[in-house]
Order: sequence, then structure tokens, then C-alpha cells
Amino acid sequence: MKFVKLADRNMKELYRDPVSMLLGLVMPLVMLLLFNSINRRQPLEMFSPQHLTPGVVIFGLAFTVMFSAMMLSRDKKNAFLIRLFTTPLKAGDYIVAYMLPFLPFALMQTVVVFAVGAFLGAVYQNLLFAALVILLTALICSSLGMILGSLLTENQVAGAGSLLVTMIGLFCGAWMDLHMVGGIFEKIGYAIPFAHAVDVSRAALNGIAFAEYSPSFYIVLIYAVVLFVLAILAFRHAMKRP
Amino acid sequence: MSRNEYAIQTRDLTKDFGSRRAVNAINIGIRKGEIFSLLGTNGAGKTTTLKMLSCLIAPGSGTAELLGRDILASPQKVKEIIGVSPQETAVTGHLTARENLLLMGGVFGLPNEVSRRRAEELMELMGLEKRNDQTRRLSGGLQRRLSIAMAMMSDPQILFLDEPTLGLDPAARKTVWDYIEKLKGEKTILLTTHYLEEADTLSDHIAIIHEGGIIAQGTPRELKEHHSALKTVRVLCEDIPAGCAEELRGNDMQVTVKTNELIMKTPAPDIYRIIGVLKKHAVTIRGINWEEPTLDEVFLKLTGGEVTA
Repeated sequence: MKFVKLADRNMKELYRDPVSMLLGLVMPLVMLLLFNSINRRQPLEMFSPQHLTPGVVIFGLAFTVMFSAMMLSRDKKNAFLIRLFTTPLKAGDYIVAYMLPFLPFALMQTVVVFAVGAFLGAVYQNLLFAALVILLTALICSSLGMILGSLLTENQVAGAGSLLVTMIGLFCGAWMDLHMVGGIFEKIGYAIPFAHAVDVSRAALNGIAFAEYSPSFYIVLIYAVVLFVLAILAFRHAMKRP
Repeated sequence: MSRNEYAIQTRDLTKDFGSRRAVNAINIGIRKGEIFSLLGTNGAGKTTTLKMLSCLIAPGSGTAELLGRDILASPQKVKEIIGVSPQETAVTGHLTARENLLLMGGVFGLPNEVSRRRAEELMELMGLEKRNDQTRRLSGGLQRRLSIAMAMMSDPQILFLDEPTLGLDPAARKTVWDYIEKLKGEKTILLTTHYLEEADTLSDHIAIIHEGGIIAQGTPRELKEHHSALKTVRVLCEDIPAGCAEELRGNDMQVTVKTNELIMKTPAPDIYRIIGVLKKHAVTIRGINWEEPTLDEVFLKLTGGEVTA
């Protein structure tokens, strides 16, 4: 269980960084409250807490890409990873230790946003299934972070990570209905998993039958598995080139 | 010396990066408990050698044994007996010094109680026991000490220190040297450095590596004796007549005259003769300074005059 110690360290690095906490927890809440304020003045179904909350959660998870990529690339830059590579830890230990801390972080984000959403009037039905989809999305985000962190330098991660967070924010369908936008934006949005994740968690929270959104769920699941495997391969590649 | 008296033995250790040979058939033997320095310019192959010995990269050919464990056949077993302090401080910034040490104890699988005790001992040894703030707030010198302590957390038999005083001011460097000297005899230490004074002060044996190959090795004294012949005598004096310097010259003695100073370089200075000649020319002697040959001279001679920092 040597990986637990490294996971514990990674968790401390994440939770003791005020920027991570501010972006990861406060930013989604600000967005939720902002759009709720718009909704109160100009009622729109799209900005109602019931509709908005799942999208805000998925948007919040996008920051996980940045956090996990930054942590890994920083550990590469300051040679902390080199130090770890000279210990008896095995490849699997690193993968788990670098991804595990982001799951409770994602859960914490989800609980906080859902709690505030409920306070604003949202009513949740199949909460457990929505939580499962959100965890899969968290896995997608931390895998993307691992891939970026393994392959890029700290400076490159800052650029690529910001771009990815913006892309996820734009194309996840949290703030607009991608079907209404249509065209290339809709195609891009549904080619990546985040809009599917928002659709599935929205449907689950509204108590819609699984059969109606199962294709989107499987797309999220397949993305989670494929990106996890790619994250392992990227990290192994980084291990061979210390 | 029998084979098992060596902690580290390399056999034609070689590494290529593309068409460039970074390390060329290195053969070194490091005795148990000694401090061995690999000295060389940037890019000479020091860090690559260290990376191969610590199983970070595989050699292209050749191999090495660390206390009988082959780096190619049993890398995991090698990792159990080594501690590495990389060139960068490689500490984790949001953790305290104690937490950094406990982390290393954890990844080496030490029981919690043993880990806690060892962390306390090392913090005391390295003068870190009063520091409870996060590591990112510590000075460079303290972070270096912590880095070495982290390498020692698993109580390794072999310690690799890659440029342990890089970027430190002279006072902080001296402090790190003192801590490394405390380990002499207890741990086998392989040190890479391009600070010649550091190698001279700390090492039992030194190997000079240049363009990937070992070009000289021995104790600091042996290196100086075999590769740098000249000792220096400086005489602070007044009123040096021209004939005095002429009389001192010859017999392998190089003499330089400066204002109020005579500098003489020779393999075996005859101090009585020097004083005799100066008295004969009525030179007023203010002081005499004797300088042994330095490792700098050996290094410059062997590497063709390059010293880079």
C-alpha cells in the first residue's frame, strides 16, 4: 500500500493550494449564482437551477484537468518524480496515486454545487446515477491531466490546460443548448464526452428512464476507459525518459 | 582487494543518446563506506552515470553491481538499497520537512513508528528540527539539506548525491559539506560535482570524467602528485633586485616578479635556498606562503582547460 502515502501527499499538495481550491470550488459556485441571478430577472429554462446545476458540476470538473496536469508537470520539473522513480514504487502505484486525490475533490465539488443548487430550488431524483456519471467524468478529466502532465512541460501545460478548460466550458452545453447552436459547434460538442455527461446527469436528476440516455452514458464510459488507458501509456512513456 | 569490499562496481558502463556517446565504457570500483566523487564539466557524463546506477535509465551496454545486485537484472532490488538526492532539490513544496521525510518512509514501506523515529533523527542531524513551515518557504540551503535527508530516509547503504551544493552560497555549501562528512564511513556515497574544492574536501577517491570517459582516478593526493607537479611559494618582500630573480630561476623553478611579491613554482621547492638567495640580495622578507598544488590545476591540465559552472 505504498501508493497510499504518495496519494496522501498529492492530496495535501492539492488541498493546500489556495488557487486550486478557489478555482475548483468557488468558481463553479460563482457561475451558478450568476446564472441564477439572470434567471430571476429574465426567467429562462436553460438557466434554472434544475437545468444548470449538472452543467456547472461538469464545468467545475474541467479544472481537474489543469490541476492534475500541473501537479505532474511540476513534479517532473523539480525532479521530485525522478526521486520517486528511484524508490521501489511500481508504475501502477504512480497512476493510482496521481489520480486518486482528484476523485474526492470532484465529489466535494459535486456535493457543494448540488447543495447550493438544491437551496436555489433544484429537485434531484436519480442522484446516485448522476453521481456515477460525474465520477466517470472526473476520471476522464484526471486522465486528460495525466496525459498532458506526462507529455508536456509545466509551461506547455499552462497553455494547453487553459485551452482545454475553455473548450470544455464552451462545448459541454452547460450554458447553452448545443442543439440550438447546431452546425460545427454541435458536432464538436457531441464528439467529446462532456456534453454527453451533462445530458446524462441532467436526465438522471430529472428522473428520465435510462433507456432514453443510455447511448450518451456509454459514450462517457468508453471515453473514461480509453483515456484511462492512454494516461497509463503516457505515464509509462514519461517513466522511460526521466 | 576482494570483490565484496566494493559497494559499487561498474563494467564498461556505456550510454548513447542518438549518435552521441554520453558515457563511454566506464569502469569504477567504490569501496564500502567511502565518499567517491565524479568530477567533470557540464555534459561530461556524471549525471548520466548516476542515472544508470540508480536504475533511472538503462545502459546501452555494460552493467554495474551495487552490493552484488545487478542494475539490469534486479533494478527493484537495487532501488531498495539506494538513496538519491537529485541535482534539483526535489522536495514537495506544500508539505513540511517532516511530512516530506515521512512520505519517503512511506514509499519505501517503512512501518509508521520506524518512519517517525527516523524522520526525527534526520531532522536533528540536518538541523531541521525547528522548521515546521511548508518546504516552499525554506531557504535553498535548508531545502538542500532536506533533499539529502529524504535520500537517507530509508537508511540506504548507498547514497547518490548529484551536485548537492549547486547554487548555494559559500556558507550554506560549507554547512552541507559538514553534514556529508558526518556520513563518512557509515554510507557509501557517490557524489557528482563540478566544484573542485568540494571534491577535494570531501572525497576519499575521485574520478575525473571527460567527454564520457574516465581520464584519471585516485585519491585527491594521488591525483595532485601524479598530474600536477608544481608547488607554489609566494614571498612578500620589498626592493627586489633584478639579479635576485635571475639567480632563483633554473632547476625547474619558474619565477614571476610582481610589485613586492616573488612567485615561484617548482616541483620540490628548496625553501632554505630561496631564503639564502633573498638574504644575499638584501631583500626584506615580509612573509612566505606555501601553496600545495590544487585539484583545479589537475583538472585544467587533464580536461584541456575547461572549467564550467
